[in-house]
Formats: sequence, structure tokens, C-alpha cells
Amino acid sequence: MAIEATQGAVHEHTAAVAAQDEHGPVHHQFEDIEQQNESYIVGMWAFLVTEIMFFGALFLAYAVYRWKYPLVFIEAHKMLDIPLGLTNTFILLTSSFFVVLAVHYHKLNRRKLAATWLFLTVLCAFGFLVIKGFEYGHKFKVGHVPGPNFTFELPASASPEAKEQVTVERAQLFFGLYFAMTGLHGIHVLVGILILTPLAFMILKGHHHVVDDYIPTEMAALYWHFVDVVWIFLFPLFYLIPLH
Amino acid sequence: MSSSVLENQPVAEEPQRPRKHYLNAAHTVGSWLFTTDHKRIAIMYLISIVIFFAVGGIAAAFIRAELTSPRGIMLSNDNYNKMFTLHGVVMIFFFLIPSIPAVFGNFFIPMAIGARDLAFPRLNLLSWYLYMIGGLFAVLAMILGGVDTGWTFYTPYSSMYSQSQVVLTIMGAFIAGFSSIATGINFIVTIHKMRAPGMTWFRLPLFVWSHYATSLVIILGTPVVAITLLLVVVERVLHIGIFDPKLGGDPVLFQHLFWFYSHPAVYIMILPGLGVISELISTFSRKRVFGYHFVAFSSMAIAGLGFLVWGHHMFIAGQSMYQGMVFSILSFLVAVPSAIKVFNFTATIYKGHVSLDSPMIYAMSFLGLFTIGGLTGLYLSSMATDVHLTDTYFVTAHFHYIMVGGAISAFMGALHYWWPKMTGRMYPELWGKLAALLMFLGFNLTFFPQFILGFLGNPRRYHYYYLQPELQIYHILSTAGATVLALAYLLPVFYLVWSLFFGPKASSNPWGASGLEWRTASPPITQNFEETPIVTWEAYDYSSVPDLKEEAEKQAQPPTPVGG
Ligand code: HEM
Ligand SMILES: [Cu+2]
Repeated sequence: MAIEATQGAVHEHTAAVAAQDEHGPVHHQFEDIEQQNESYIVGMWAFLVTEIMFFGALFLAYAVYRWKYPLVFIEAHKMLDIPLGLTNTFILLTSSFFVVLAVHYHKLNRRKLAATWLFLTVLCAFGFLVIKGFEYGHKFKVGHVPGPNFTFELPASASPEAKEQVTVERAQLFFGLYFAMTGLHGIHVLVGILILTPLAFMILKGHHHVVDDYIPTEMAALYWHFVDVVWIFLFPLFYLIPLH
Repeated sequence: MSSSVLENQPVAEEPQRPRKHYLNAAHTVGSWLFTTDHKRIAIMYLISIVIFFAVGGIAAAFIRAELTSPRGIMLSNDNYNKMFTLHGVVMIFFFLIPSIPAVFGNFFIPMAIGARDLAFPRLNLLSWYLYMIGGLFAVLAMILGGVDTGWTFYTPYSSMYSQSQVVLTIMGAFIAGFSSIATGINFIVTIHKMRAPGMTWFRLPLFVWSHYATSLVIILGTPVVAITLLLVVVERVLHIGIFDPKLGGDPVLFQHLFWFYSHPAVYIMILPGLGVISELISTFSRKRVFGYHFVAFSSMAIAGLGFLVWGHHMFIAGQSMYQGMVFSILSFLVAVPSAIKVFNFTATIYKGHVSLDSPMIYAMSFLGLFTIGGLTGLYLSSMATDVHLTDTYFVTAHFHYIMVGGAISAFMGALHYWWPKMTGRMYPELWGKLAALLMFLGFNLTFFPQFILGFLGNPRRYHYYYLQPELQIYHILSTAGATVLALAYLLPVFYLVWSLFFGPKASSNPWGASGLEWRTASPPITQNFEETPIVTWEAYDYSSVPDLKEEAEKQAQPPTPVGG
């Protein structure tokens, strides 16, 4: 009986497939739009799992060295600019809200509004990168970029324990992790811009792959939330290390 | 498209080529390079993988030739290091990891579950390009002087001191990693969402189950090694000292991160092979795989436990004794699901209607060699014995028994089993049997002496052993075996290519197998099935598949009562 039921479903599906022209929203390998959407969703989550593992290795390295050299992390992190980091945190959080609105309006089929909110999200992303660029530029100027020109000096007021533990190499290790992790995150922001901008234009133009269903937009938003969440971890780990 | 219930019966048996199929659907070069057909991508993978296998094989030939004399005969120590690194990098990252998934998984997962293609065909094509680009990087590194770190890229040697092409090689492995991630994601989505109506999880062939487990390992492990290797490059270029103790870094952290991927990676290499063997054993014993559910779940158990044992590569690398004990016990545990598979395969053969066609010979070799490889793994997982055996030829023999005796036997078995389906032609069976037997003999001759060598204390990765010249006999035996093995790998190249032009046309189901892929024409049409199949039978249900062997026997002689 169960089989008969599936059979019935299949007949409906195939009818739906037949109704679409070659260039309909459903790709040839799928039976119908539901199957396609569900595949996108599973695929996106599987992709995010790989992303978590990708960052995970770096977080592990961070944990190992923070545990090994707590004073180095405390002293080196004082060189980071908390107000700028905080601003960036707010920018990303706001952008996540914008992207939620974009999905919301896409669901209601208000295409112009959806595209607008996407563009605003992209604007936030640019803002984030510009601020990050200023931060990096400053580090470059004062010689906190790992490499041959790296310098690091402890303030005279530092505790004797700190003076013992902190070396230039270890401070460089901190900044190495800082640049590796925020840099990788920055690349993800850039990729986010490269995904959301064309998506917004496609929605405006009414490209059938993205307007007949809101799932592609929701998947892009999911990615954007992930980028946001990574920053939510990075910010306190680098900028807000407790001082004792 | 319309669909109807496909009876549990193979399509007509006359060997008849469909007028249009995936191979002759288009002929231009572009129709291959830009195809999104999973079958064509699988063929492209097959060709490129075989080329890399040849490159790795040539490196192996140099290694074996060098070791015929206690002082070495041709390579400087530097060149020897580069040779075994080339061998390891190419064989692991560019042959074994993609081998069965990217060729046979790609071709047959959609067919086995009754789908028209993988869920993301363009991602699939991208994965091939990534693989090729990664391969080009590795080849470029080889041309520009090679690498000498070993495939394990241990720091700080790789990140600070080696004078060879570490960066290029690592970029190659890094890019190839994304190709396997793409494949993994594609398989997971396909198996979740693209199954034909009626194809429930527990009607899936075990080949599909094992690829599902493999894909999980791929997406969880590969990103970790990717970022780790990237950190090695960063350290090499910027000297930031993440892994170099002189700069405050921790080289053991590298080993943890590396083996966190690379132990599970050995299951990326063997699980698909175990899946292939499930199909071969069942088909050629004409029996449902004994304990289907156990075999399916043991794949998942291997995938899960495989992530908890990486520390057994580091017993002498400065990890604490208690850590070592935990990793040791967990390593013993992971042998349990592997053993479940071997026992269940054996029980499947028992009282089966066995026919010893060449794929089955490969499957039988697999069972024996994989068992030896797995059991010797237990010697290495015991800390007390590992202190003696680590970094000797015993380890080399252990993993070759599994990766060559196991995974490559499975690859060859799969190639012969599915060749008629992929090409529409039968290969000459006698030659097939000969190659399979040669492989079994050559393999054992090559690697069994290495167990003895290792036990006698011969360390791996040295280009001489003149302090122990009495070991020469074992090295000579091993090189002789390698020669036979090389012959056994070359033979199929000739007769399989021959069969493309002169082989008899294959029927849709030449082995009397039960899978969905055998219920459509050979070679299949681009959409795989004329109509979306509806599955109403269990996996490995032979009740309505005609027993070809029996029919042939009946025709040859008057019927006799069938005994047990
Ligand atoms: C039955 C389960 C297995 C156990 C308990 C096991 C155990 C071990 C242990 C303890 C080592 C470390 C030896 C040392 O370096 O001192 C080792 C090495 C190795 N094993 Fe296994 N193993 C198993 C299965 C496999 C499989 C299935 C594969 C491959 C498909 C494999 C491939 C390797 C490789 C490549 C190495 C050497 C890595 C290197 O140092 O280059 N093993 N195994
Ligand atoms: Cu291992």
C-alpha cells in the first residue's frame, strides 16, 4: 500500500516535470521543485559543516597557544582596537538582520524590497571590510604584521611574569593567529559580497532560478549568518581577553 | 517523462546496443570537457586517475630498484627522499582518495538509487577540474625539483628547513582536498534526496551505504587538513612559528591536526572498497549479503570511531602515556566493525552459488589481504609492540596490505565488474583471471617480506641498509614481487583497451546481478533509465534475476538434481 502511495506521488511529480519547459526553475536532475529545494538545504548544511571544521582547526590552534602562553595573549591583544572591533560587530549583526528581512520579503514575493535589503547587507559587508582594512593598515604601520618587519615591545609597566613569558616570536604567534583567522573570515565576507550582489540583481531582473522560489535566497542568507557567527566568536577571543 | 512500475526483472537479455547512449550522445571534445553527466565525469576521472597511478607506480619502481643492493644502486639520499615523497603524495592524494568514489561512486551511486544524475552536476564537474588543477601543481612541483618531506609534511622540517618545493606540493594537495569535499557533499545530498520512489534507506545497496559513510568522513576531515597544510605554507612564507618550536610553536600540534584527518583518510580509501566488495561478493555468490544491517551500520561505526584513534600515529611523538593508552584502546575498537564486515562477507560466500569470475577473484584477494592488514594494525596499536615496529617496514607492509591489497584490489574488482556496464563491452575473461591471480601473487611477494624486514628492525624511508646486509634477500624478493605486480597492473590496460574495440557486446546484466544499474541498457542512456524506476524489492533480491551460470550449465549438460 505504501508503494501505491509513492506511486501516486510520482505520477503527480512527473506531470509537474512535464509541464515545465526546458528552462524552468527545476534542473533536469530533479523530479520537482520540492526535491530541488530539499537538496539545496541538505547541501548547504553539509557545506556549513565543512566550514565549521575548517575554522575549527584554527580555533584549536588558538586554544592550544592561549593555554600555553596566557600572558602573551593578554599583552598582545592590548594592541587591538576594541572600538573598531565593536563597530564591526554591530555592523555584521545589523547585516544579518537585513538579510533576514530580504528573505522575509522574498517569501512574500516583494522582489524589489528583497533586493533592496540584500543591497543593504552588501553595503554592511563593505563597511566591515573597510574598517578591517584600516585596522590591518594600522598594524602594518606599527610593525605588527608577522614577517621580517615584525616588532613588538612590552610596555614598561608590564608585570615581571609577563616580561618573562612574552617574546617577540610569541607575540608574532598571536598576530599570526589573528591575521590567519580574521583574514580567513574576511575572505568569507568577500565571498558573501560576491554571492549576495549577483543574487540581488538576479532577483531584480526576475531570473527564474531565484524568483520562483525563495530557497536560493534563504541559502545565501544562511551562509551570511554563518559568516556573522564566526565573527561573534572571533571578536571576544581576540579583542576581549580578560586581563588577569 | 513518464514512469511505471519496473518489474523486478532485468530488461531483455539479447546483447543489443541502444542506438543512443551516454558515450555516443555527442562526440566533440567540448562535450566531454563541459559535460555535467556524472557518467562522463566518472570516465574522465578514470582516465586521469590511471595516469596518476602510473606516475606513482614509476616512482615506486625507482624505490624498489634502489633497494636491491644494501648500498643502493642509483639514487642519492636526496633523490630517494624525493622519490618516496612523490610516490606517497601521488598515490594517496591523487590516486587512492579519489579512486573508487570519484570513478565508481560517481558513475553508479545515481544509477544504484534510480536517479538521473547527482544532485549537483556542475559541482561534480568543478570537482574534476579542481582535482586536475591540484594535480598540475603537484606535477609542477615534481618538475621543478620535487619534495622531500614525505607525504606527511612533518613540521618544522617542512615549514622551516626543507629546500624543496613544499609550497607547490601543498597547494596541490590543498586544491585536491576541495575536489573531494565537493564530491562528498554531492554524494550526501544525492543519497539523502535523489532516491527513486520505493528506494528506502535499507533497500540501498551496501556500496551506497559505504559511500555515505565515506562522504561524512570527507566533509568532516578534509577541511581540517586543508587549513593545517595552509598553516604550514604560511609558516614557511612568513615564519610565524605556529609549528616551529624555535619560534614558540608546537610541532606535535601539527601531528595532531594532520592525523586527525589522515587517519580518517585511510577510511576514505578503504570504505568505498568495502562497499565494492559487498556488491561483488553478493553478486558472485548469488546471495543477499549476510547481516545487511550490520554491514551498513559497521560502515557508519568505522566512520565515527575512525575519528577517535589518530593518536596511534604518535605513540612515540611525545604524547603522554595515558593519552597513548586511550588511543590504543580506541584503535582496538575500530577493528571490530572492520572484522564484522569480513565475517559477514565470508558468511555470504558460505553455501552461496559461487562463480569465480575475475571480479570475484579480486574480491577474494581483498578478503585475505585486508584481514592481514587489519590484524597487523593491532600489533601497531599496542604501544609496547609499536615502540619496536614504528617507522619500520612493518608499518609499510601494514598499510600496503590494506591500501594496495585491499583498496586497489577492490578498485580492480570494480573496474572489471562494471566495465561491461560502463563501456558496453565484455573483456576477455581468461586474461582477467590471469591478471587477478598475478596481482595476488605479486602483491604478497612484494609486501610479505616487508613484515619480516620491519620485524628485523629495518627502518622505512632509508635509501640503504648496508649496516644490515643480511636483509638484502628480503629486499630482492620484494623487488621481484613488485615486478610481477607491475605486470599484473599493466595487463588490464591492454586487454581492457582491446575489448573496447573487439570485445563482445555486453548484455544489460552479464553477471546476473540484482542492482538497479543492471536493469538498464549497457552502456546506459544519458538519463540512465528510460523511466524513473519504482523499487518494490529488497536489496540483493535474486529471486527473479535469472541465474546465468546455471542456465549455461544446463545447456551444456543434461539437468542433474541440485544439491546444497
Ligand atoms: C583495523 C584497523 C587499523 C588499525 C588498528 C591500524 C593501526 C595503525 C597504527 C597503530 C599505525 C601507526 C604505526 C606507526 O606509525 O607506528 C598505522 C599506520 C598506518 N596505517 Fe593503519 N590501522 C588500521 C587500518 C588501516 C587502514 C584501513 C588503512 C588504509 C586504508 C591504514 C593505513 C595506514 C597507513 C597509511 C599508515 C602509515 C602512515 C604513515 O606513517 O605514513 N590502516 N595503522
Ligand atoms: Cu591510523
